[in-house]
Amino acid sequence: MTTYNRTQARRRRWWAEVGWKYPLAVVIVIFAIFPLLYVLSASLKPGGSLAGSSALFQAVDPSNYVALGNTSFWTWTLNTLIVGGVTAIGAVLMGAAAAYAFSRFRFTGRRLSLTSLLIIQMFPQTVAFVAVFLLLLALGEVVPMLGINSKIALICVYLGGALGANTFLMYGFFNSIPVEIDESAKIDGATHAQIFWRLIMPLVTPVLAVVGLLAFVSAFGDFILARIVLTSEDNWTLAVGMYQWVSNQLASRWGLFAAGTVIASLPVLALFLALQRYIVGGLTQGSVKG
Amino acid sequence: MPENDSHARGWRGLGWGFIVKLLLMAVVNALGITIVLAAVRTESWLILGASIVLLLAADIIYFSKRTLPLKYLYPGLVFLLVFQIFTLGYTGYVAFTNYGTGHAGTMQQAVDATIIQGERRVEGSVDYPLAIVEGFGGELGFAINDEGTVRVGTALEPLSVVDDATLGSNGAPTEVAGYTVVPRATLLTDQELQQAVVSLRVAVSDDPNDGSIRTREGSTGVIYTSTLEWDAEAETMTDKTTGTVYSPDDRGNFVADDGSRLPTGWYVTVGFDNFIRAVTDADLALPLLQVTIWTFAFAILTVLTSFGLGLLFAMIYNDERVRGRRIWRTLFILPYAFPAFMSALLWRGMFNSEFGVVNDLFFFGADINWLGDPWLARGAILFVNLWLSYPYWFLVCTGALQAMPSETLEAATIDGAGRWRQFRSIILPLLLVSTAPLAIASFAFNFNNFTIIYMLTGGGPNFSDSATGLGSTDVLISAIYQISGVAGGAADYGLASALSIIVFIVIGVISALAFRQTRKLEEVQ
Repeated sequence: MTTYNRTQARRRRWWAEVGWKYPLAVVIVIFAIFPLLYVLSASLKPGGSLAGSSALFQAVDPSNYVALGNTSFWTWTLNTLIVGGVTAIGAVLMGAAAAYAFSRFRFTGRRLSLTSLLIIQMFPQTVAFVAVFLLLLALGEVVPMLGINSKIALICVYLGGALGANTFLMYGFFNSIPVEIDESAKIDGATHAQIFWRLIMPLVTPVLAVVGLLAFVSAFGDFILARIVLTSEDNWTLAVGMYQWVSNQLASRWGLFAAGTVIASLPVLALFLALQRYIVGGLTQGSVKG
Repeated sequence: MPENDSHARGWRGLGWGFIVKLLLMAVVNALGITIVLAAVRTESWLILGASIVLLLAADIIYFSKRTLPLKYLYPGLVFLLVFQIFTLGYTGYVAFTNYGTGHAGTMQQAVDATIIQGERRVEGSVDYPLAIVEGFGGELGFAINDEGTVRVGTALEPLSVVDDATLGSNGAPTEVAGYTVVPRATLLTDQELQQAVVSLRVAVSDDPNDGSIRTREGSTGVIYTSTLEWDAEAETMTDKTTGTVYSPDDRGNFVADDGSRLPTGWYVTVGFDNFIRAVTDADLALPLLQVTIWTFAFAILTVLTSFGLGLLFAMIYNDERVRGRRIWRTLFILPYAFPAFMSALLWRGMFNSEFGVVNDLFFFGADINWLGDPWLARGAILFVNLWLSYPYWFLVCTGALQAMPSETLEAATIDGAGRWRQFRSIILPLLLVSTAPLAIASFAFNFNNFTIIYMLTGGGPNFSDSATGLGSTDVLISAIYQISGVAGGAADYGLASALSIIVFIVIGVISALAFRQTRKLEEVQ
């Protein structure tokens, strides 16, 4: 009798302290992933309109995915990959070079430059979008390649924010690599360029990956600058193009939007989950999305 | 190679690195010189100056031995200077001008545009036999037969005499040196070409008062002269039909004595006018005030709710007795891994009043107009942003909780502190030290969170009592977007930039406070 009571008491205590967390976790998971399940279900529903999309997983039909081939979706995907990819590579190279200079060379104006960079990066480029627009209008008169409706111009605009956003993240990481490594290489006759490319860069690969990923994701998610710069439909990125789908004919293009969302978000989800640990580390160092 | 050899023996010529550098610099110089030449051709002096300076600096930096740090900083610096620092500065300049629709260029451009707008066909003027010609660059032009002399010009080049030309039987030129004559048959079949020809205007001379040649059907040219005459000396514009004299005012307009105004003006600096307009203009001030209040409310509430929810979940699940915590955690943070703009668009469809899944599944098919009612739309935005950002705070708080010294908490338990007491006196203060800077950064981010607002509601529903096009859920940045007219509609770059400056000031103040606050919190520790 006493043992029975004790087990019961233990079980009650377990429920009070731990057990209730499981049902709650299920509720949270539903809250978190319901929209994702819903979009997956909508993408598999034939007909592709918003009406009737609430009945989850009643049909499994790839017609929306096939229909994407008749739209500009794949052009937009390619544009997004080009813009995001080049931006990521550029941001990594320029950020790493700047961080190397700040971390390894002692020159006049070093502290001042670091402080100015810290101040400048507080003011987001997106708020100055009117000036960006006017600048590109003027540049486009001279060099059409750098004007409105050019992907190169958009990449350049994104790269303008690269130094401010990434240098500090990298600077800290570069400082954690002992200077003795450089010095011993210097004694062996290595030039500064050799030290940078052959010694430092391989050692800082994790931070390069984080910065590249963050730059890619922010280019992928940017709407306001992409919308202003890229005017013709075949130059749009996914953010601009898919906004157009949903804003114009919300009800009729819903299936296409859902299928496009699933395709475009899967790689991002996979990448995010694979690199979860790095990103969580990067989060606490000041790069914010939410 | 023996170890005591001198470095000189190891020298193997200039090396690959140098060749790569040389090639890169050759490309950079080629590009730079192309831009310089293009700037000369289009007479863009500012761009010319900037590109010469940047190019020279690049050459000096990369071919000198004394500029080592700059070799690494320069590429990033160029982009930073042109696309960030310049745009910030330029925003500051535009904020003090009336740049926008109706004031889009310099005074000379306004004069030219006004004269062209006033051009009418001269009554009883002669018809010139005319041929459509195409230059080497593909630019269209007219060749006219002016009593035996052939004159040719394009949209950019005024008419000039060509000696080497042949005339056809109807008097129109058939061959013109330096141009290809477009056959009449091509003109008749090509719709696009017809459009271009009808809208083409070839100036008679450099003086805009002389008028231009235009054509209606592509075979005869007629002189159009403006009803307005520009007097460059007196800087006045005279309407020849009515005799009204327009003179420039200090606001960039041509104004007559009776107060009437020509439509095209130029931009001038207007001091603090844009800022004053933003707070006093009857049509603008109230909507902007509402937008500003909502911007603060949106940013603060987003941070508070998502921080609160994330912290709550983190405290509940930072418990070693819960099994499968890694899997739960991964599932909890999925909204964060989903691209934000897609989430906003997705929720826009889900909140649709007629077909949306939210009404269908959770409100039993009710017809709630989530995004059409001001307060419901605000609530929906906060809810979606909570969904988007609580995982971030969940991750951050979990990390912070795990880093918390367990001895302190144990000591508190022994001293008889209850859970609430522990939370309020130990956990929260410690947590705030590491998360306060992130909370402030998150506030600044949401203060300018254009994507979620624009994608979810587009700023709507619109204020019914205002013609500004602003709405109940517009935040400052989406209001700036609406006012600037970059997406179409009437543009007011000046006012938009003035509002951008206000946003910059808010962000600057918040960041400065943040710095001081973090330092203070760190000192407490």
